[in-house]
Parts: sequence; C-alpha cells; structure tokens
Amino acid sequence: MDGAGPPAIRSTCPYCGVGCGVKLRPTPGGLTVEGDPDHPANHGRLCSKGLALGETVGREGRLLTPLIGGKRAQWDEALALVAGQFSQTIAEHGPDSVAFYVSGQLLTEDYYVANKLMKGFIGSANIDTNSRLCMASTVAGHKRAFGTDTVPGTYEDLENADLVVLVGSNLAWCHPVLYQRLLAARAQRGTKIVVIDPRRTASCDSADLHLKLAPGSDVAVFNGLLRFLWEGGALDTAFIRAHTEGLEAALDSASSDTPGATGLDPAELAAFYRLFAGTERTVTVFSQGVNQSISGTDKVNAILNCHLATGRIGRPGMGPFSVTGQPNAMGGRETGGLANMLAAHLDLENADHRAAVGGFWGAPAIASKPGLKAVDLFRAVQSGRVKALWIACTNPVVSMPEADSVAAALRVCPLTVVSDVSAETDTARLADVVLPATGWAEKDGTVTNSDRTLSRQRAAMQPPGAARHDWAIFAEVGRRMGWRTAFDYQSAAEVFREHAALSGIAAGLGRDFDISALAEITDAEYDALTPVRWPLSATRTGGRFFGDGRFFTPTGRARLVAVRQTPLAAEPSPRYPFRLNTGRVRDQWHTMTRSGKAARLSRHLGEPFLQIHPQDAARLGLLPADLALVTSPTGRAILRVLVSGDVAEGHPFAPIHWTGETAPAARIGPLVAAAVDPMSGQPECKAGVVAIAKYDAGWHGFAVATGAFTPQTPYWARTRADAGWRAELAGTATPEDWVDYAQTLFGIGGEPAILTDPARGTTRLAFHLEGRLRAALFVAPGPVEVARDFVAAALDQPAGDLLAARPGAGRADPGPIVCACMGVGRNAILAAAAEGRDLAAGCAATGAGTNCGSCRPEITDLIARTTVPRAAE
Amino acid sequence: MKKLVIIGAGMAAGRLIDRIADDWSITLFNAEPRGSYNRILLSPVLAGEKAFDDIVTHDADFYAEKAITCRFGERVTEIDAAAKTVRGEDGVRVYYDKLVIATGSTPFMIPIPGHALDGVIAYRDRDDTERMMALRPGQKAVVIGGGLLGLEAAAGMQARGIDVTVVHLMDHLMERQLDPAAGDLLHRALTSRGITVLCAASSKEILGENGRVRALRLANGQELPCDLLVMAVGIRPNVALAEDAGLEIDRGIVVDDAMVTSNPDILALGECVAHRGQLFGLVAPLYDQAAVAAETLAGRGAAFEPQETATKLKVTGCDLFSAGDFAAGPGREEVVYRDPARGIYKRLVLEGDRLVGAVFYGDTADGAWFHALIKDGTNVAAMRDALMFGPGFQGGDALDPMGAVAALPADADLCGCSGPTFSRALAA
Repeated sequence: MDGAGPPAIRSTCPYCGVGCGVKLRPTPGGLTVEGDPDHPANHGRLCSKGLALGETVGREGRLLTPLIGGKRAQWDEALALVAGQFSQTIAEHGPDSVAFYVSGQLLTEDYYVANKLMKGFIGSANIDTNSRLCMASTVAGHKRAFGTDTVPGTYEDLENADLVVLVGSNLAWCHPVLYQRLLAARAQRGTKIVVIDPRRTASCDSADLHLKLAPGSDVAVFNGLLRFLWEGGALDTAFIRAHTEGLEAALDSASSDTPGATGLDPAELAAFYRLFAGTERTVTVFSQGVNQSISGTDKVNAILNCHLATGRIGRPGMGPFSVTGQPNAMGGRETGGLANMLAAHLDLENADHRAAVGGFWGAPAIASKPGLKAVDLFRAVQSGRVKALWIACTNPVVSMPEADSVAAALRVCPLTVVSDVSAETDTARLADVVLPATGWAEKDGTVTNSDRTLSRQRAAMQPPGAARHDWAIFAEVGRRMGWRTAFDYQSAAEVFREHAALSGIAAGLGRDFDISALAEITDAEYDALTPVRWPLSATRTGGRFFGDGRFFTPTGRARLVAVRQTPLAAEPSPRYPFRLNTGRVRDQWHTMTRSGKAARLSRHLGEPFLQIHPQDAARLGLLPADLALVTSPTGRAILRVLVSGDVAEGHPFAPIHWTGETAPAARIGPLVAAAVDPMSGQPECKAGVVAIAKYDAGWHGFAVATGAFTPQTPYWARTRADAGWRAELAGTATPEDWVDYAQTLFGIGGEPAILTDPARGTTRLAFHLEGRLRAALFVAPGPVEVARDFVAAALDQPAGDLLAARPGAGRADPGPIVCACMGVGRNAILAAAAEGRDLAAGCAATGAGTNCGSCRPEITDLIARTTVPRAAE
Repeated sequence: MKKLVIIGAGMAAGRLIDRIADDWSITLFNAEPRGSYNRILLSPVLAGEKAFDDIVTHDADFYAEKAITCRFGERVTEIDAAAKTVRGEDGVRVYYDKLVIATGSTPFMIPIPGHALDGVIAYRDRDDTERMMALRPGQKAVVIGGGLLGLEAAAGMQARGIDVTVVHLMDHLMERQLDPAAGDLLHRALTSRGITVLCAASSKEILGENGRVRALRLANGQELPCDLLVMAVGIRPNVALAEDAGLEIDRGIVVDDAMVTSNPDILALGECVAHRGQLFGLVAPLYDQAAVAAETLAGRGAAFEPQETATKLKVTGCDLFSAGDFAAGPGREEVVYRDPARGIYKRLVLEGDRLVGAVFYGDTADGAWFHALIKDGTNVAAMRDALMFGPGFQGGDALDPMGAVAALPADADLCGCSGPTFSRALAA
C-alpha cells in the first residue's frame, strides 16, 4: 500500500523547539506521520510525541463555531463583538486598557499580524506570550551580551563538540531528537557530556559527570568557572581585548561568589572546570532550569561570560546554546511578539526603530514603551487596568504561576476572548467569546526552531467546521477596528513577505535578524520553501554569528556582565520545608491538549506525580503510590507519590502537564509563586517552597470507559486509552452502593459484572453492552492493584475475565470438555499424555476422571492414541 | 480358593471387583437383573445423549472372564453371620469366607396419600429411567425435589419434549449445594428452557384415577396434572439385611476405617454404610471405599479418609459446581462474583487464609483446581486478589500499584520511539 497515492506533505512538528521535519499523508481517518529524512533538524528521526501526531488530529473536542457566552454564534456576530468592544474599551480607557496574550505555538504569520495590530495600530505594547515562561531570560541575557537576541550556533555544533554541558536541561526527554543527535555524535567522537541539574534525569544516563547543584546556584557554578579559567590562564585574551568589554567587572563579581553556594563537592566542581578549560570545542546547552528563575538573566550571562572570555562562540563545535521549549518561540522573538520588543529584533525604546517600523506599517499610533509582561499582565487584568484581553493558542489558567489568580482575573475581566482549537480548556471555559482556530496540520505558515532554521508548517487536512487561521482572525478584527488596508491580507504568504521585508529594514538598522532575501518570493516559492537557516539576505545565508567578533551592541563589542549569585525568591521554612522543582515528562507536552489525545503517550507516565526522595517519604510516612497533599503559600495540589533517589532530599519534583480537564487537583500552576526575574519578567517556576503531607483517601479507584467521563472525586486524573478513557480516582467518603456510583460516574445503566471482597474492601465492576466492555471500575481502600494497560486494552473488546484485574498467565484453550465433573478438556488430557503419563498419572495430573470416573474410558482412549510409536529398529 | 460373596452390583461393588485379585471365588448377587453400570450417567441416557449400553461398566464377558458367579435379579433374603452363609430368594445358601454388603440405598418416598399409585416412581435405576423415557412428547411430568437428581430427571424429560414441573420444598433449588443467588440463577436457567419450577412448594396429596396418578395437589391447593410423578427427595441406606444379621447400625451399616463392619468377616461399602457417623451419596468417596475394601480383603492395611466432595450438576447447558462448606459464619469471609450478562455466579468462602467452600454457576471450568485448594487446605492469601478467576491467573508477578506512575522499565527506549535510531537514519 506504500508508494501509492499522492506524495507526502512536508511540514514541521508542533511540539518542542527542535523543529523536526515531518512527512504527512492524509488518510480517511486522519493522518500518518513520519520523520522527514531531508529536514536538517532531524534527518528522519522523530520522538515518541512526534510519532504519535497522527493520533492527535481527530475532530473530537474541536471547537467548530464561535461561542459567545458559551452559546454557538456566527463569525460575523463574534467578530463584531470583539472588534467593537476592543475599540470601545480603547476609546474609553486608552490603548493600554486592552491586551493580547499569545503563544510560542502560533506561526510566525499569526504572530506578525497580532503584534502589528497591537503595537502599530492599537498603540500599546500589551502583547505578551507564553514564551515569557519559557525563554524570556535568554532573550534578556542575549540582548545584554550581544546587543540582540541572537542564537550564535547551530545544531551541528553539538555534533562537532568535544564537550557538551547541559545546564538545566533534560535534553533526553524535552528535546529528544537533538539528544539523539548528540548521542550519535558521541558514539563517533567520544563527546564528553556534563549535566548540571539538581535532579538526576534521563539525560544523566549518558553523562560523564552529573553536578547535582543546589537549586538556583547556576550563577555560582559559572562564576566559579570564569574565575577558574582566569586563574588557569585559559582565557582568550586576544578575543577579549578585540571584541568584548566588561571582563574586569565580571571577574570581580565572580570572585566575590563562593563555590559553597553550589552545594557541590569541590573536587567534582574542579573536575568540570578542568574539563571545560581544557576543551575548546565546548557547547553549553541551557534551557528551563536556567531561564525559569528570578536570576534567569544573570544565569544566562554567567554562561555567556565563560564562552565570550574563552572566545568559544560562533565557531564549529562551540558556543552557548539556548534550546527553546516551543515550536515557534524563535519566530515569536523574530516578529517581536513580546511586550518588551518591537518587531524584527528592533527595540521599542529606540526612536529610530519605532520610526522605521511605524513608517513601514503606516502605523497611526506606534507603541513607545514596553507593555505588560505575562505576570503583570494578568495582575492588571485582576486589578481592572486591563479590561479586554485576547488569549490566543495558549492555556494560562494552567501554565501561569499562581494559576488560580489568573483564573480569578479572567472571571472579573469585562471581555475575555480566547481563540483556540478547543473550547474544552481551563482557559477557554472562562472566556466570554471563544473563536475556533485552525490547528497543526490545518495551518499554513512558517516556524523558526532553536538553531534559526525557518521551516514551513503546511496544511494536510481541511479545517473542521468554521475554524479560521489565527492570522486571518487577527486581520479581520484589525479591519473591523478600522484599519482596512493595513490588514488586508489574502494569504499567509503575503504576511510572510511583509515580515521578510521588515527584517530587511531592521538589518539596515544594524540588527541580526534578516530574511530580506525572501521578501519577494512568490506564492509558489513560499509553498515550496525548504528549511533554511537565517540570516538570508543579499550578502549572507545561514551560518553562525559572532565568529568574526562583531556584535550588535552600540560599540560592536560583546558585553561580559557582572553577575552575582543571589538567593532564590523563597526559602524553605518550618511551615514550607520542601523546595519544589517542576518540569516536563517525556511523552506529554505543555497542558496536554494535543499530546493527551494519543493513548500511547499516556502509557509512559499516565498520572501526575510527586517525585520524592526515600528519606523524605519515610519521614512523612509516604509509601509508593500513596497520595500526597502538597501545599504552597499560593495553592495546593494532590499528587501520586513516586519515591525516587533521583531527586535530592528536600527537593521533590512534579510535572506541569495536568489541567482542570485532566487532573484538577494536580495542577502545578497554583503552587508556583509569581516571583519574576526583574529583567526578563520570567517567573521562578522551579524553586517554590511547599509543605507535604499524606493525603488520607478513604478509597482509591481505577476506571476505564469507552465514553468520556468526569469524576467528581477530590482527586482524579484522566488520560486517553485506545478505545476510550482511563482515570485514577480517590475519594474521602466511601459510597454505599458501588453499582449506583459507577452508573452515575459513567452515565450508563444496566447491571454490571461485579466482584466483591468485603473483608478486604475491594470491589470491581464491569459494564458491557452487546457483549463488549463499555466501562469498568476497580476500587480498593489503598492504591489499586490492577494491570492498567490490560484493563484499558479490554475496552470495546468482548467480555472476559477482566475483573481478575490482570491478564491470565497464558492459559491454554482446554479444548472440548472430556471430564465434565472436573471440567477437564481434551487438550489438557492430550498434553498429559504427550508427557508420557498413563491413565492414573494423567488423571492425577489433570484431575480428570477423579470424581465420577465415567470419562475414564475416553481418557484411556485418548492416551492410547497419543502414545508415541517406537522407532523401527 | 477363598470364597467371597458380594451383595449388590452397584458402582461401588463394580469398582471393588475391578480391584480384587483373582485368588477369590466370587459370587455376586444383584437385585437388579443386570450387572454394574454407571448410575450417574442415567441422566444423559434419559436426555437421549447416551444409550444404556454406553454406560454399562461390567458386561457378561467381563464376569465370564473373571469366573464370577452372577446371581442377578435375585434378592438376598438372609445373612447367617454365625454360619457365614447368605441365602438368596431361591433358597440356596452360599458360604462365604468374606462377605461384602453393597446394598446401596433406597429412594425415599414421601408418605403422602397416593404415593403408591401407579406412575409414582423414584429415580434410581434403569427401570425408573425407562418409565420416564416411555413418556410421549406433550405428556406431563411432575418431579418432587429440586436437588441434583430431581433436576437431572426434570431436564432429561424436558429434553424429550415432556412438560415438566419441579416442586421443591425449600426456598431455592439445590439448597445443600448452592447458596440462594446461585440457586436463583439455576432457577432462571431452567425456567428459560421451559421447565416450571415451584420453590417453597409443599406436596400434600397425589391424586389418582383408576389406580394411576393424575395430578399432584400442593398445600396451597394448586393442582399439577401429570402422567408421571417422580420423587427425588433423598435416599435411605439399605440396612435391613445387615440389621437382621445383628450388625451394628447407625442410620447406615457402621464400618471402621478398613470398611469392616461390627463382624470381622463382613465388610460394607457404598451408600449403605455409615463411617464415623457420616453417610455417602456421591460417587467419589464410594470409589475410595472400594479401594480400601480391596486392600482389606487382600490382607493389607488401608484406611478410608473421607474427602471434601465436589458436586457437579450434569444438566447440559447448566454449568454448576459446588464444593466444601459455604455457609456464612463468624471468621468466614467471602468473595463473590456476579456477571449477569454471561450468566456467571461464583462465590468463594474463606476461613483465615484457607478456602473452605466454592459455589460456581455458569463457569465451572476450574472446579477441580478449587476443589483441590479446599481439600489440601492451601494457603491462598497471596492468590486472593485474582483467586476467583482460577489457576490461569495465578503465579504471575505481584501487581505493581505504581503501574500508572512508575511504568518505567529500566531498559526503556529513552524516547519511546519505534522508528529507526538516529544513526541508522543518517546512514540510510
């Protein structure tokens, strides 16, 4: 069947910032997905999430029409409402009374139009993005050191390096394909890998050294490194003299820090320092562990300092390397979709830049001061300063710190607009207007990955219902707000050409981002665009930055920044004695709105959990699989206990993915305090303080059903199964009648199969319809012992011994019954005969013929027939 | 040669003869005019699933080959224990060195008015079976007794197109083997195949016409017309001969562990005996007794040890099994499984960590395994979680309650892909 049909459609994966190429083939039921062997990011490889993409494009849960106040509405009505109310709010309260909160999952074209509308026409910079939670500290650090937000290197540098340092990055799980590239290169050249992370992660499995540093002490580690390099004469003084400034102050500052803050064994630290000092081809990869911190920007600069001081930047196999978490975080940065940027890497505060952009756009009211960054933005919504908010393609009620406050803010906001693929997100449920947007594999446009490679996302499927592209929705609202010409776009290609043309103007102002070579491409060329790394201008194509020592600061020199190790936002106390780290798991992404649709991605870690050190667990009386109540100054969560020596004592870890839709009690956002980095505005998501206690559930349950169901228990967590849904439950009061409870839970009637063991307090129920399993519930006083995959796989299958809660041990078909008393089948007797047993032994072994004996002649006969004839002499 | 006389050629005696050495000269009396056959399989014969010849276990050739003197159709009228002789109906005395009494039991006939009418029968032997088989489709039969035997009779006749009503005194069928829930499932299954079942129904009078049965009248006045009335309400050990011979009797003929009666030259076995005060109605212990008696006759020591017995209803389409003791009581715990869609009911009764009773309806495939657990007193604590589902679910690894959150095998592919490895993809 392969090889037939139309050629595959090449597109880009919508998950992390690696930006892998995919080949899509529409099928009657959806889409097949395979890695694109020609894409430079992945060369055909995909991770588990990418491979399962085809299972996430179903129409289930999709929003098909606009909703106003939860009721279906026409586009015209919804757009008129949005445009009218935004215009009216601006007229009454000024441009800063409205805001957009957008997403690193938007395509560049979407981002461009939204940013143009807000910064050039509404006249406010109140557009921020979930990238604020992801790499804002890197943007700020890059700009401080380089003058622009520039990623100097390319993915090939990880393959050409002799040392790769992973700082605050679980590359193995969060950027799996890039990690596989690193491992493949390591197999060839013996690359050393050092992981710097408070937690032992999957990335440590192949590490030569794992520095389990104290949370938040990255600056001390790299300040110590800078001093070590200086003391050891490992600095590149020629590069420093010719191309940098600020070394002395940086060294002074570094020397004031003590390595004790890192909590590391000095010998271990020295081993890393020696390795770094002695390895010219060194790449330092950093990610959320660096960025999500109140000192994130300083951490970035502490790392950049070491690379600048050794001149290890912009040359093959060396450089600092920020890996982003979202597919188009980089595109967002390029279009200026952050509240403190303008467009095309130009600066809001720079009058020349504003004039250039304003002139290019024909903008009536270009923003002149930074807008509200994410945390402040939602606070302004709460306080009433922002009265109309449009959230596109993101789920802040889950992902923001102090997420419960974000929900509260949306509830009081006079107008909350959400454009998304689903109305069934925690955020969309609080919106006044929900607009149906197209999703991945329906959209057309471009994304930029972590190494500046610009790739096309292409449509392979028709949008469902009345869904529209995000750029088109923003453009239509812009037109309805009165700017007909400026937003008169007919296609994504047209938006892209304008974006590319603007980048040429930015380059003329001395900026790094330049794709002006694409400003004139035709629609056909845009359609056929192959992955390409910027810059793309008349004079430059791709490659690295800064190898020539030229930076984008006013002096043209890179800045070494004096940074000091500073305390974390909160310190553990008797009331909140634990420091909670947060992060991703391998097979889920963000708030699971897409990855949660693929059943196979739920089999890896199918439930939210608290990874906690054995000593901590013992002290708290927590056993594996217990539930823990985790309380912070801002919120609480109930999580499954996963006892593990991978985390340090006192420093538990919890994944971030679960939501009100999937596990309302296990949302991590509410636990995280909204303390932010003063420069980047990025919140400190990985170092909050919490108290932990055992959650005393009266009962635990495991449920599966072919139809969606929403438990009402204090704790539940729901994921997909191949033929339905599965959920973990826990409650306090034990229901009196489990059949009644299950019928209500699943919304089905009928008499279930039921197994009860009252002395042990266990009950198991299974509902069938026409002989096939529709739903099942397993209940126990403690964590439920049940072979979950086995049970989930039984959905929609013929009835069997499901309530055994485990698969049978390969029981053979007994065959037609021979001994009716003892229920022994022909096959069992033949098997006994084949083992050479005579009648008496055969009967003893199988139980056949031991009651009434009436079957013994038949058994004798069977045995006689089975006797192996002797070979002729 | 030593002389052995056996009175009765039922299943226990048949099994004994199989095991006796050739150094005995045997005389075999049987009141029925035939040798041993498998009485248990009369129900399949009645149901038309087997022919009578299929269930004969010892035929004329067998007796001839063993040189056994067969006195079939002849009742023994007297045992003279002092003279060590027995006398048959024809008056001839036969001397024995050893005597085995295997007279079995007699069906109990409720002594209500009309019980002697023609057409009122028990369900014991071939003759009874043939009376039932002689009915024509559309004729009516009433079976008094909803126990194992009565239900097999009812199902057999129903299979022949007879209109059958079962009248049972107790609240649910097979109350000695089944609990109410299983009894109710059985009740429904029999009803659905066309048998009328009346529980808690007391028989008051059998009505006749010209000396033949016409109907059964119940205590509530209801009349059940019938052409044949089968009583299957229990059995009484046949002890009259033994009692007359002065042997010790306690409901049955008292035997010791070697199956020897109060007279050292007289053994007894089968449904006529009482061993440690217990009577026997199922075949498995009878076979065990026959084996012990054979050893005793051979001069070797052997002792009969009653085992927990399992019961299985031989009605095609009604899978029913029970074993052990399943009454509720202090210190007893039970695990119950009901699957109405598949028509399955199972109940296990535990005492401490031992299984003491099991009742299955609808799925009896693992009966032998459960029976063995009860007999052996196996500690089932570790199996309890999936015990109900039989041996096919035992012996695996303990389930990991972390399954949902810790399904992280040590050798798991780091990215969980099934695609080619990166290096392979690059090389391609």
